[in-house]
Amino acid sequence: MAKSIDISDLNIYYGDFLAVEGVTMTIPARSVTALIGPSGCGKSTFLRTLNRMHEVIPGARVEGKVSVDGQSLYDAAVDPVEVRRMVGMVFQRPNPFPTMSIYENVLAGLRLNNKRLSRSDADATVERALQGANLWNEVKDRLNKPGMGLSGGQQQRLCIARAIAVEPQVLLMDEPCSALDPISTSAIEDLIHELKSDYTIVIVTHNMQQAARVSEDTAFFNLAGAGKPGRLIEMNPTKKIFSVPDEEATEAYISGRFG
Amino acid sequence: MTDLATPPETHAHVPLRHPRLPSYAPWLVVGLAAAAAALVGLTLGWSLTGIVVLAMVLHVVGLTVWSRAVENARAATDRLVTSLVWVALTIALVPLVSLVLKVVTEGAAELNGRFLTWSMRNVVGEPGGIYHAIVGTLLITLAATVISVPVGLLSAIYLVEYGGQSRLAGWIRFLVDVMTGIPSIVAGLFAYALFSLIIGPGTQLGLGGGVALSLLMIPIVVRSAEEMLKLVPADLREASYALGVPKWRTIVKVVLPTAMAGIITGVTLAIARVIGETAPLLIICGSTDSVNFNLFNGQMASLPVFIYSSYTQPGTNPEILKGMAWGAALILIIIVMALNLIARLAGKFFAPKRGR
Repeated sequence: MAKSIDISDLNIYYGDFLAVEGVTMTIPARSVTALIGPSGCGKSTFLRTLNRMHEVIPGARVEGKVSVDGQSLYDAAVDPVEVRRMVGMVFQRPNPFPTMSIYENVLAGLRLNNKRLSRSDADATVERALQGANLWNEVKDRLNKPGMGLSGGQQQRLCIARAIAVEPQVLLMDEPCSALDPISTSAIEDLIHELKSDYTIVIVTHNMQQAARVSEDTAFFNLAGAGKPGRLIEMNPTKKIFSVPDEEATEAYISGRFG
Repeated sequence: MTDLATPPETHAHVPLRHPRLPSYAPWLVVGLAAAAAALVGLTLGWSLTGIVVLAMVLHVVGLTVWSRAVENARAATDRLVTSLVWVALTIALVPLVSLVLKVVTEGAAELNGRFLTWSMRNVVGEPGGIYHAIVGTLLITLAATVISVPVGLLSAIYLVEYGGQSRLAGWIRFLVDVMTGIPSIVAGLFAYALFSLIIGPGTQLGLGGGVALSLLMIPIVVRSAEEMLKLVPADLREASYALGVPKWRTIVKVVLPTAMAGIITGVTLAIARVIGETAPLLIICGSTDSVNFNLFNGQMASLPVFIYSSYTQPGTNPEILKGMAWGAALILIIIVMALNLIARLAGKFFAPKRGR
């Protein structure tokens, strides 16, 4: 069910400000694609255009084309709500719903969309999603406790469980480990490895070792200068990017000689 | 790298221990200041107020000077400001405590079954009851709440979720602020004029009171609900959108429940603010001695109007009606207090659950 994503000549604006310019790339299905680059170069902004979360910010808009499995996301007839059901997202900071228990958090995507679920289906969905997010063993005895009572790493895995419970085809991750300790990070990286057999995953990360560990392909974004838009410098298989990148800028960034 | 084995000789010894006043020092000074003030005041024949003021001044000066002498300048300033804060708190509590004490002592004697279950219909020269006024106050306030909460809450949702920084939202915020300052009598006149136009000149009815009070309530509800909705982190909205939840459902199922505790508190405060309004109800609801359960027809009594008319038109036996006015005031305070308690409990119940 995983889908590939084709992006061509994508320009992303905040009001009149051009934040990201001319991105063209193809994100393959059932693999992990990492987006790396310095802060402010538009990685997160670009990621958010892949499920139309970008336009939640007032004044934000997009020019160009993004298609998932041949369907253009920015077609006039496309409902952004439908897009987001197909393309799930995990945020930088864990954000479980504070009014809901662990159980309700996992089911939030279904319940909030008013899907009628029988008790046994709901239980099965919760168990499957929490198993999928490697959290089941830790929380199975306290599913009715508030989601905010979990540790940061557990909350982030709860958010991943919540995202995969709606069975999206693509999973976007915006620096999912930046607020976590190394052990939780490693748990989430293991999870990403398992998830890629079912999902197309795009992950933004500042941690280059992480990009090297989890991804098949890596895209490097960079700014031409302060106040200038971010651009895609290079996209290649991760092994190539980290050994013999095509561009000098990539080499400089990865080896730490940047800026 | 510094060699840790031999500390640099240039660093002077910094003492960490200083003389401190004993922990009971403030209380000791309070006692001494009170005793001294009482001595001076009683010799000179001052009133209690004069003695208390002198005691406060003596306390603030005495503690500061003592601290200055034993401790250091910074500690003395700390003592001075701490004393001033306590004095301010005491002064702020005086009217509250004396008001409650006065109402309770005057009103408690009035409370009995007859007082709470009788109306004043055909009661002349003997104690009656305030049942009609309690019913009226509760019904009118209920009507005001039923009108204000949907209007106020939906306006707040518009302002936070849809209006944002747009010009329309700016104007609405400005007008709501203007509405906060409307004198209550003007709200009463507005309702009176409105129902005179709709039904006929001189119409007085309970619903009109509800309309008048809702004019006073709506701005409070809008502002408090707006503040509460703004406190809901944008993260939660994004988390919900990212799950493919439409905006209106996100508002109903995620934003409102998260802000619910604060919204309930705001609504209760708004009710407490309007439940004691007298002037608008005097105009639009009139006053009556009978029980009236019908908001849509006829004059309706209310506690504040009952208190007012019992004092201004005490009739043949002034002492009885004045006593009843105190009783009604006590009941009004109890109702407001009960509302606040309910709001606190509801706030606890709806508050987002943290912890394990």
